[in-house]
This record gives sequence, C-alpha cells and structure tokens, in this order.
Amino acid sequence: MRDVAIIATGMTPFGELWQTSLRDLFVQAAREALDAVGGPRPDAIYVGNMSGGQFVGQEHLAPLMADHLGYAGVPATRVESACASGGAALRSAFYEVGAGASDLVLVVGVEKMNDGVDVTNVLASAADQETEVYHGITFPGLYAMIARAHMEAYGTTEGDLAVVSVKNHRHGTMNPKAQFRQEVTLEQVMTSSMVADPLRLLHCSPVSDGAAAVLLCPLDRAREFTDKPVKIRGSGMATAPMALADRADPAFLDAVSLAACRAYEATGVGPSDIQVAEVHDCFSIAELCVLEALCLTARGEAAELTRAGETTHGGRVPINTSGGLKSKGHPVGATGVAQAIEIVEQLRGEAGERQVKDATVGLTQNMGGSGASSVIHVFERV
Amino acid sequence: MPSPRYWREIPSRYRLEAGRCASCGKVVYPRRRVCPDCRGTEFESVLLSPEGKVVTSTVVHVAPTEFQMAAPYPMAVVETPEGARLMVQVTDCEPEDVCPGLHVNLEFRLIRREGEGGILCYGHKAVPQPAAG
Repeated sequence: MRDVAIIATGMTPFGELWQTSLRDLFVQAAREALDAVGGPRPDAIYVGNMSGGQFVGQEHLAPLMADHLGYAGVPATRVESACASGGAALRSAFYEVGAGASDLVLVVGVEKMNDGVDVTNVLASAADQETEVYHGITFPGLYAMIARAHMEAYGTTEGDLAVVSVKNHRHGTMNPKAQFRQEVTLEQVMTSSMVADPLRLLHCSPVSDGAAAVLLCPLDRAREFTDKPVKIRGSGMATAPMALADRADPAFLDAVSLAACRAYEATGVGPSDIQVAEVHDCFSIAELCVLEALCLTARGEAAELTRAGETTHGGRVPINTSGGLKSKGHPVGATGVAQAIEIVEQLRGEAGERQVKDATVGLTQNMGGSGASSVIHVFERV
Repeated sequence: MPSPRYWREIPSRYRLEAGRCASCGKVVYPRRRVCPDCRGTEFESVLLSPEGKVVTSTVVHVAPTEFQMAAPYPMAVVETPEGARLMVQVTDCEPEDVCPGLHVNLEFRLIRREGEGGILCYGHKAVPQPAAG
C-alpha cells in the first residue's frame, strides 16, 4: 500500500443555501479543491451523499457530478453510509490511491437538505424501517434513548449534555464557514424546545446544505502540487447492529470502538497521540459516547472531561474545533469530508483563531444512523 | 405502504413470532435468515411473551408526519423474558413514568394509518403493568 496525502481542499459555507442547487454545491467545492493545485484532471471521483434521491429526487449522482464538473468520462462512484457517507467516500478514495489504481482522486461530500422534503422522515430512513421507524421513532429519539441509557449507567445529566453544545457553539464562532456563528448559553440550551426527551433543540445538529471536497494523491507525488501535504496515516471502519434494540449496551457505540481499534492498529497511533479531533456530534450525547468509544477517556467519564475544559482550546485534546456538526452544520453526506478539511487546516497550521498549537496528529470520526456504521481516519503533518 | 410489504410482517407484528436459533439458542425478533450471533440458519418458531422490562426510553416531541397528532408520546426499548428486544410506543400512562426497569405488558394496538392505501397498521404497544399489591 502506497502512502497517501491530501493535497487540496474546497468547501462551501454550510447553512440554508437557497440560491445553490445540489449540483452547484458539488461543483463549487470540487472546483475550489482542484483550482488550489492548478486545476488538474482527476483520475477518479468519489461522491459521498446520503439521500439525493429523497431530498431532491436525484439518484445516479456520480456521473451527474462528473458531468457538471466538466469531466464526463472520468470514473465516478457514489458512496452511501447515511451520515457517514462522506467518511466512507474518503476511505474508498484512500484505498484506490493506496492500491496504486489511481493517482489523483477527488472526494466530494454533498447534501442538499433544504429543498422542501420533510427532513425528519428522510433521516429516519437511516434507521431500521421495519422495526424502528414503523413504530414512530425519530433520529433524535434514538439518540435520546442512548442519552437516557448513558444517564442511567453513569449518572450523566442534562447539564452535561448542554456543556457540549455550549463548547461547540463557542468553537463555531471562529469558523467563517459555520452555519451558526454565535455562542449559546447553558440556560438557552436547557430551556430550548424539547425534541425527544432529554434532547432539546440546541442539543441537535441543524438541517444544512453544503459540500466539501478533498483531493488525494500518492505522498511521493504530493510536493508536485503543494508545500503542505497532509498524510492520511490510516483508516478504520466498522458496523454494528442496525437497530438500537439489538445492541447489547445502548450507551456504548460498538461500531465507533471497533473502527477506532482498527485505525489505531493500522497506524500505530494511540488515543494519547491524538492532538485534535473532529467527531460526529450529531447530538450532544453522541460526542460524549464517541469520546469514550475512541478511548480518549474511560467509559462514563466523557462528561467530566468536557466539564474540565479538556476538549476545548488549551485542553488535552480539543474536540470539534470547527464547531462540530452542532454549530458548523450537518449536510449529512458532506460531513465526513468537512471533518477531514478541519483536521487538514489544523495540521497545516492554517486554522486561524481556531488553531491548536503545534498539532501534528489528528483524527476524524464519522458515524451513520444511530451508530450502525462508523469511519475513522488518522492524519499527520509531513 | 404497499400491502404485500405490510402483509409480510404480520406474523411478527401481530403475533410476536420470533425465531430461536437451533445452534446457539438466541431468540431473534423479528425472525431472520441468519443468526446474528452464530450465523446458524436453522430456527424454530417461538412466540414472545407479551410482557417485558424497559431498557431505555424517550418521549418523542417532534414526530414523523404520521404520528404528529399523537405527540408527545413515550417510546421504549423493551426486553421480553426470552431476551428479545423490541422498539415500541408506551401508552396509557404519563410519559414521565416510563423509566428503565419499568414492567410493561405488550398489547395489540393500532400503530398508524396508511391514508392513501386505506390500510390500518397494527402491532404492539407497551402498557405499564399495575403496581404489585
């Protein structure tokens, strides 16, 4: 397997982008990444997208996107793993370059969620239709059940959850691409409207449009394109039972844990080596559960870690410096790629006021459904 | 929902039919082709006891379109004595009374209506058991 680097990035702002279509979001992010290194023709394209079919009635996205980019003819593949589609697309491209099948591979995650369809119903299709959705559960409802299980097992409180939202909103104020660039107070979070008890509106990531792109090539060619390549040290992926009812411990994210073990083993990097990470905080409880599954802290201790300020600037391992899904926004198919972009900016020392000092190793963790799939990547400055 | 898709699920939804793996004994609900624990493919049919304990729960306030009239409603993962776990609504109680360990009966109830198809969709909901004594 060849070493692989990210040599360029491109990203639209995240938010309610009424003026921009699904295809134009894609092209905007993709062009920005290609133009950053002189506009080369990619050898292959991967599109991360959860549900163009349900959101805007458009399937067969990969050739459509290649066409609109002016590269009809280039092989293009759409990758779907619900909200982990972007991470899964990045992983596919990583192995295509690593295997020596292609040199320049473009990865674009994209989602257009604001074009009119009922988002609650579409997102629910990432849960088990026959045993979960049939009975009236929603996505926030599934994570609310995870939250209550965590509360029951470890004494986690609603205040602990709110601290995560407050932190990520504070981080988001420093990100010009973020959907919500304003702070929220603990009181605002804890009095916001109830979505699924105990999760309130300000525990939930928003409905967003957006696209994010990265360009990959073999590490030994990276200097042809940029002075600041970022190496992808390795990738880990895992699945878990689809339905929450089928998981032995609903308070623990088995797929995240398994993916992390694989990523740590593949790279030789351990949890104590991670200096900055972007994790899948689709709901505040998810960030706490993920920190535990990544072994960044012991089970049941993520809330304490967060309250102690260890997951923000100046702490042991700043988490979601981009603002996370909560503040930056969560166009589901784009999220996994956008996470990689934040880590690339951090490792290049280009994150501005969000910069984590001297960061050399970073991690992204992307998650599908209520945790049935997870993709993790480890990155390193070279 | 097209009617064949609904009709296929009737054994599990109406009668709580599950499968017990002939190799490892795991009770799988609804029944599957392959045991998720041991990958065995032989199952005997078992009926779940219509009762269980709440594992975890929530109260859904922002509901899917078909359930908006019912919101807010509690939902729970319930474990039956056979070890099978089901996602169900909890009804005939105050939402705040639903907590881990709560003993419930599983009762046959209307779950949703498919307006255009004219199909009434049934299944089981959990109802808290009367307190002992």
